[in-house]
Amino acid sequence: MIVRTRPADCHTNLFMSGARGFGGRGNSMRYSGLRVITEGLFGNKGWTPAWRDPAPKAEYDVVIIGGGGHGLSTAYYLARNHGITNVAVLEKGHLGSGNIGRNTTIVRANYFLPGNSEFYSHSLKLWEGLEAELNYNVMHSQRGLINLFHSDGQRDAFVRRGNAMINQGDDAVLLDQEGVREHLPYLDFEQTRFPIYGGLLHPRGGTARHDAVAWGYARGADRRGVDLIQNCEVTGIDIQGGVVRGVQTTRGAIRAKKVGIIVAGRSSQVAAMAGMRLPVESHVLQAFVTEGLKPVIDHVISFGMGHFYISQSDKGGLVFGGDLDFYASYAARGNLPMVEHVMEAGMTLMPMIGRAKVLRSWGGIMDMTPDGSPVIDKTHVEGLFIDCGWNYGGFKAVPASGWSMAHLMATGESHEVARKFRLERFATGHLLDEEGTGSQHNLH
Amino acid sequence: MLILECPYCGVKADETELSPGYEAHLKRFGPGSTDEEFEAYMFARKNPKGVHFERWRHAYGCGKWFLAARCTATLEVFGTYPAQVSEPPPDIIAKIRARRPDWSGYK
Repeated sequence: MIVRTRPADCHTNLFMSGARGFGGRGNSMRYSGLRVITEGLFGNKGWTPAWRDPAPKAEYDVVIIGGGGHGLSTAYYLARNHGITNVAVLEKGHLGSGNIGRNTTIVRANYFLPGNSEFYSHSLKLWEGLEAELNYNVMHSQRGLINLFHSDGQRDAFVRRGNAMINQGDDAVLLDQEGVREHLPYLDFEQTRFPIYGGLLHPRGGTARHDAVAWGYARGADRRGVDLIQNCEVTGIDIQGGVVRGVQTTRGAIRAKKVGIIVAGRSSQVAAMAGMRLPVESHVLQAFVTEGLKPVIDHVISFGMGHFYISQSDKGGLVFGGDLDFYASYAARGNLPMVEHVMEAGMTLMPMIGRAKVLRSWGGIMDMTPDGSPVIDKTHVEGLFIDCGWNYGGFKAVPASGWSMAHLMATGESHEVARKFRLERFATGHLLDEEGTGSQHNLH
Repeated sequence: MLILECPYCGVKADETELSPGYEAHLKRFGPGSTDEEFEAYMFARKNPKGVHFERWRHAYGCGKWFLAARCTATLEVFGTYPAQVSEPPPDIIAKIRARRPDWSGYK
């Protein structure tokens, strides 16, 4: 069993210098530690923009709607795995400005349902090689994830989950109370309401730097010839005789042989442009960050009795969150009852954080499906594909989602790790309800 | 804080007193319907960014289900009404049309 402690704060921003600049063509530059030192010695004047800012062409082989994590990784793997480089990613704002730009950054492979298990296992393996693959520091930190349990029944459920994870080839270690105490001595073990019985440790779980993932995929896709087109909102999808022909945008019409909808919380609006009504309801999920503190929480921890999870960022902020606000919302801000609930859960679990000041909070729009699992599938329109329904688990899925969506768009067949993410499961009843909470969007 | 007035008991209830349901005015399909109709009834949602009709239960009050018209983008509440109706009442529709002239209707 390996438990890694937090790496010392590293000045990784240097690696990302220029990543948000536009307009140049300096995209052939390789990043390296030596280069950081050299640039540092000469005033950092040699950095060039990490990707181009092209005008949209009249036609592409593939148009991806949505320049977030999943859209960018799809474009990257279309080029890398399938040699399809005549691709445009259309983003209505700036790249990575949606949920990939604000999330709680947890990366894990601790699912147990067949269908989910192999997918997230594949994703974690891609994460583990991602920095070398992209030549970009995404700060992937496998600091270990501990899911706590608070009853005999919950222990049984976690034993089952741990066995499923091991059967899938991933790692899981069941900890008793003393085992948890060794890792997390600061928890309130003596509380009478929710006593801590133990935890399931997933040593390869951890976190990553969310923006860097978007920027790394963007740079990688750009270097392979993909056009990343920002401030370009799709306003319509052109369909003739059941075949997709292209899209209408705020920067003109763009023809395309294939179109992928990868727009997370706005999936229902974009799919409606193609006459579809999705099994998706959009909800707001809040998260919180405290002021920067010295290293205090080494792992990712989840509380089994309140919906609460926490980790510490490399900058030192405690990053934590809880459950949905439970009613449909595109407001990108949450309400106070859930704020109170999350703070209560945190204080119940680890009273030591009570003096930390919350610096900011936000609400992201989640594309919730009735079974809590995603969709990577064709649509009723030939050449039109959709990747949506990530609920609030989309971040860790970014590599495998792009990998599988690219495979589907290139070959017309579902990738073997994403076969169960078909829309038809809602017709046949083969739902993937990982949490077992029932078929309502707000219950997952 | 989201506040909805329960149309049965008249209490202006905080969201902590209420339990959210889901999209209202769905046409129910049961035995004898096609698979497509049943799937759409069970799972497909309009999910509008804007005017939304939804079910709520006054869970920690009178316990009854009622319906609400609300904007999912601004969280503005247009009104609440009893659940024993097949479509939104005219006064709610009028209020929404006044506030959202380009609203395309509830279906």
